[in-house]
Order: sequence, then structure tokens, then C-alpha cells
Amino acid sequence: MTMQADVKLDTLGYFCPMPIIMTSKKIKELTLGQVLEVVSDDEGIKKDMPAWCETTGHHLMGMEEEQATSGRIYKAFVKKTK
Amino acid sequence: MTTTQMDPAVALADLQTAKPDRVTIVLLSGDLDRAMAAFIIATGAAAMGMKVTMFFTFWGLNTIRRKGATSSAKDWLRRMFGFLNKGGAESLPLSRFHFGGVGTRMMQQVMKQNKMPGVPELMETAMDLGVKFIACTTTMGLMGITKDTLIDGIDQFAGVTTYLAEAKHGSVNLFI
Repeated sequence: MTMQADVKLDTLGYFCPMPIIMTSKKIKELTLGQVLEVVSDDEGIKKDMPAWCETTGHHLMGMEEEQATSGRIYKAFVKKTK
Repeated sequence: MTTTQMDPAVALADLQTAKPDRVTIVLLSGDLDRAMAAFIIATGAAAMGMKVTMFFTFWGLNTIRRKGATSSAKDWLRRMFGFLNKGGAESLPLSRFHFGGVGTRMMQQVMKQNKMPGVPELMETAMDLGVKFIACTTTMGLMGITKDTLIDGIDQFAGVTTYLAEAKHGSVNLFI
């Protein structure tokens, strides 16, 4: 089952810490309960996004990984909780 | 003589009530690689909702100096030092492989190709995210670095006790 997001954030091509910084800025534009999909090709996001969610308190609904022609792509679904 | 009210660097009431995770980073180095590490940690921590304070001392002051700024110190010795010690976030050298600027330019090119922000961009992001910048007044004095030669947006000009007052409440304290 693929997850549904309200807003999508493309961070393709950016290395740490940019995806997390872009996420923290973007999530402010969402309303409570909305889901943000963060797309990244930086493998570090697999660990960094759960750590960011744990610290900030936003809910990480899940992560997906897929193989694209250019390489692996990671998708994180974050629900705004505060 | 007029007396102006100054905000204390550390509001004790703030520290006691809300206790967010606090990070302090001392940046002593003026090397590109070390400055990048410092700003990456600072922006990452700020993005995680942590309260971040950066102290710039010695060569680290070069990251917050205006590009091409020299010195307006009173005595010639410090003025000369300020002149010889070139500052500016865009012109920091690599700690290794600088090779008279060639190595550093190559690194900057690689960074640009990989969408990696440089020190000036990281610094701007840090400011946007509310990272507090403190310039060490002692080393500013020693090195002939005057306030007017620093970039805008420096929150405080202070010394070691300000750093310690913040650091003792920090869960992460780094010296780079």
C-alpha cells in the first residue's frame, strides 16, 4: 500500500543537512494532521528522518525505498503533530 | 554619560523554565572544512528544534568577517595583522590540500556540482533558523578585528563566562 501525502517536498540531489532543514521549514507551512512526503536520494535520510521526528515530536508514518533509474530514492511520510 | 539597558546574554529565567536541548559550538578554526562541519551541526540541530549558540574565536572569527574587510584598529601592529589575516566566509581555505587556493577552488566546485551549500549559505541558513552568533571580544581585540568589519546579525559580543553560562546548560558542547 502506498501512503498518501498532502504536500510533497523534493530534496533530490541535496546532501545532509539540507533535506532535514528543508523538512523543518516546510512542515511549518502545513496544518495539524497533514502529511508531508519528503523525497530524497541521500541514504542518510533513512536514519536522520526517524531521529528528527523523535526529537521534534512529529509522527513518522513510514518510509519507502524505491529503485529509480538514477539510483535509490527514499520517501518519508511525516504527519504534523504540533 | 548615558547608560543603556542591555539584554543579558543568558536569561536565567529562560534556562530554568523551558529546557530545550541546547547546543553550544566554539569555532576556533578558520578552515573551510571545519567551519562547514560546525555550521552543518548547528543548522541540523536548529532544524531539530534545539537551541544553538555558536561562539567565534581566533581564526573562527574569519568566518563572520566581511569579505575584504581589513581592520580599523588604532595601532599599526593590529591594523597590519587585520590586513594580513584575510577574512570572509567565501574565502576560507581548506585545512589540507589548499595548494595556494587551487585545491580549495576545486573543492568549492565539487560542492557546487553536488548542490552542497558552502559556508556563506550554511551561515545564512543558521541565522534563519535562529542560531545565536557570539563573537569573542578578547580575540577580536587581539587580532585587531573591529565590530564594523564583522557581518550583520551578530547577536552578542562577549567572553568566556557567557560561553560557560550557556555551555553548562547544553547537552552538546563542541569545540571545533
